[in-house]
Amino acid sequence: MICTELDRLGIESYLQNYRDKSLLRFLTCGSVDDGKSTLIGRLLHDADQVFDDHLSAVRKDTGKYGTTGEAIDFALLVDGLQAEREQGITIDVAYRYFSTDRRKFIIADTPGHVQYTRNMATGASHCDLAIILIDARKGVLEQTRRHSFIATLLGIQHLVVAINKMDLVDYSREVFDRIKGDFGAFAAKLQVRDIHFIPMSGMRGENVVHRSENMPWFQGSPLLAHLENVHIASDRNLVDLRLPVQLVLRPNLDYRGFCGTIASGILRQGDPIVSLPSGRQSRVKSIDTFGGSLTEAVAGMAVSITLEDEIDASRGDMFASPNNAPNVDHNVEAMIVWMAEEPMLPGSRYVLKQTTNTSAVTATDIRYRMNVSTLSREDAKALTLNEIGRVRLESMRPLQWDPYAKNRRTGSFILVDRLTNATVAAGMILDRTTAERAGDRRTRSGDAGLNLQTHKSSVTPEQRTQRLQQKPLAIWFTGLPRSGKTPTAFALEQELYRRGYAAHVLLGTNLRTTLSRDLGFSGEDRWEHQRRAAEVARVSCDAGLIAIGALIAPLAADRSQARTIIGAERFVEVFCNASLEICEQRDQTGLYAAARQGQLRNVTGIDAPYEPPQNPDFVLPTGTKSPEDCAKMLCDFLEQRGLLKKM
Amino acid sequence: MTKTYTLTHLQQLENESIQIIREVAAEFQNPVMLYSIGKDSGVMLRLAEKAFYPAPLPFSLLHVNTTYKFREMIAFRNQLMKDIGATLIEKINLEGVKQNINPFDHGTQRYTHIMKTETLKQALTEGGYDAAFGGARRDEEKSRAKERVFSFRDSRHQWDPKNQRPELWDLYNGRVKQGESIRVFPLSNWTELDIWLYIHLEKIPMVPLYFAKERPVVRRNGTWIMVDDERLPLQKGETPEMRMVRFRTLGCYPLTGAVESSATTVPEVIEEMLRNKNSERQGRMIDFDEAGSMEQKKREGYF
Repeated sequence: MICTELDRLGIESYLQNYRDKSLLRFLTCGSVDDGKSTLIGRLLHDADQVFDDHLSAVRKDTGKYGTTGEAIDFALLVDGLQAEREQGITIDVAYRYFSTDRRKFIIADTPGHVQYTRNMATGASHCDLAIILIDARKGVLEQTRRHSFIATLLGIQHLVVAINKMDLVDYSREVFDRIKGDFGAFAAKLQVRDIHFIPMSGMRGENVVHRSENMPWFQGSPLLAHLENVHIASDRNLVDLRLPVQLVLRPNLDYRGFCGTIASGILRQGDPIVSLPSGRQSRVKSIDTFGGSLTEAVAGMAVSITLEDEIDASRGDMFASPNNAPNVDHNVEAMIVWMAEEPMLPGSRYVLKQTTNTSAVTATDIRYRMNVSTLSREDAKALTLNEIGRVRLESMRPLQWDPYAKNRRTGSFILVDRLTNATVAAGMILDRTTAERAGDRRTRSGDAGLNLQTHKSSVTPEQRTQRLQQKPLAIWFTGLPRSGKTPTAFALEQELYRRGYAAHVLLGTNLRTTLSRDLGFSGEDRWEHQRRAAEVARVSCDAGLIAIGALIAPLAADRSQARTIIGAERFVEVFCNASLEICEQRDQTGLYAAARQGQLRNVTGIDAPYEPPQNPDFVLPTGTKSPEDCAKMLCDFLEQRGLLKKM
Repeated sequence: MTKTYTLTHLQQLENESIQIIREVAAEFQNPVMLYSIGKDSGVMLRLAEKAFYPAPLPFSLLHVNTTYKFREMIAFRNQLMKDIGATLIEKINLEGVKQNINPFDHGTQRYTHIMKTETLKQALTEGGYDAAFGGARRDEEKSRAKERVFSFRDSRHQWDPKNQRPELWDLYNGRVKQGESIRVFPLSNWTELDIWLYIHLEKIPMVPLYFAKERPVVRRNGTWIMVDDERLPLQKGETPEMRMVRFRTLGCYPLTGAVESSATTVPEVIEEMLRNKNSERQGRMIDFDEAGSMEQKKREGYF
């Protein structure tokens, strides 16, 4: 195969072709004696990937260890360690490499024993596709279900069900169809995008590389052709920019390069980025590599970037897009595969590694154990070796994460034993906001949620205006902490009341303890908090009232979101303009002092960004004038402009 | 044409290796990179340069010199270190030299054990390194196929195939106690063809021994052994002859077989390799002893 390709192309074109090949990583899993090693050996042999000296060594070994008598035992091409060769089983993950003129492949060869779930999970974590072997004589076994579940739990989107040893069931189409039906019924419960069934004989090389002449009823591709053509490029996440900081390079005083491998998304020179958990923002100044600077880089690339501003980010921090940030949280819910002899007990502490972050964590709760044969949940007081369960973890350091289903790189972690340093678990973070909160809510409300309709009130805005004798308005304050938003907002409420208007204050901190009490201070949570406040203001306006929003609203994007929700025609942006020095002087609560000493993070103006409005409707000198004076000034201005109108 | 943003397999391998090398620099106190002068070392070194560009390498290179390396290897090594400005530590087993340990009188196994494996362990202990990079690939040899990227070694530098840590995603567990260490293999997923193609594309300088040239050789055990200096004892009836040969792998000259070849450029070497389907370690006598010999050596602390 290689030589004919070489003859046809010549070496230069051959290399060009080889260079541009894509890569598919797949794993093979099956029960003991399903013929897995034989299948891989056959695949390598028929694809012309076995070196002559390996083949002659195998011919020699066939007599010593082989189980096939005179014929070459293809399994011996892939078995490795002495001990397992003597026991006749594969005991670990072994990686094999081969390529065809279409693609390059890495095989993770994983074992079939019940106790080796951990190896399979390990192999699956590196793969895009899994081959599930089924012995045609035995059909779907508990092992089959276990392997399929683990593969999909680890996020594999493509399954090939290889129904092997068809030669031993007379190439029966009925057997194939029955097993296909059985597997399909089980697989309906799995989260998998693509399942492909192939009847084959690894031993005889039928439908492995070459089409079987004994199964003319099978119209699909043989295994190798399928592996060469399966489309996996769209599995990558190119939407959510995530760059975990791995290392900071400072070769000289002028260069500060943040190194890391882009976990997902596309990074472009000039893009705004936010550094998490600090929340500080900047722009990408350059993307540097040994081969020269780039204007953009994509998921999977190891880069070194510089920023426009001096931002203090270090290993374990993460860069993301300001409008699309990961969760920043101390708590995560995850499915874990337990890999140690010592069981996991609630309350135990471990070292967690996730992206480039390392943190001490406590397993606060074991929600349930997954019975992987029945896919049912069982109560569990502990998780033991090779068990899979759902746990809650509490971390010392904040973690920047996405759900594993959305992002394999930022949603995965390992747990390490603090004493032995052994890797004891693999974890996949769950999207508990949607999976738990929304899911639970939707479940509770039955199917009604799927049939939502909106309805329009028959009382018109004009009628409300007439009744209340005022036009609705949302007055949106923005400014640094302690810039005077709250006292001014309440003074304004008083002043409006005095002048005969119906107005009320929506205070950010008050909403935080009520409507938004489930939210934290991550970028995403802040955004959601702002959205909710704006929705409440919209309802007030719809009811004909004047809403005074006093939230920090640090980002232009937050305020523009509020403007869109409430409606630009009834939205007034007011900038409480007080300098940072004055705000700090005024601060009685110690907020700034704590931030300055590094005891408190994510404080707007110190280590979290504040973007002053470019074109506010009105600027209040809250730093120099009293709240009452400011309230009067604002009322006068609004009345003069006709925005605040007695009807 | 719309952009697909797909990375080729070689770009994926390169990026993964860089990630691994950076991870070691970030997580270990005192890493070192084993540099053996061969093609895999050459690629690994280039990847390390890329990983830290524009900063210099944050670790030293370590070369275990058995004193029977090809002369051209040492000359190449010295020049390259000058060119890239890297720091090289050369380790020679002086005790072994004093006792004149050599492959002819002491046998391949004993010689390799003393001058290579033991010397390496000594150097690692003396340096107090908690991580050591090696250029091994999983496709080289069967027992390597199961090797981890981060391979745990106990305080006696020994490898226990039953006591290795599961490796998931790109999350490497490099936590060690005092005296323990990790051998790190950033080229784990590269194949021989990948290495050569990368050398070709990146124009990585290589020792001339990889390319065919007339060299003085003698025929032994079905392979050509180069008479690199006067220390090679000629057996009865042996006369060195000049042959166009090259080496697929480089090590100690008395233990490294050459193949007859006319390949003088990287593409020619690759073409010859592809057409001549014999795996590369065949020229290396160290593996010949018996099946599983590499595994045994690894247990003892060999890379």
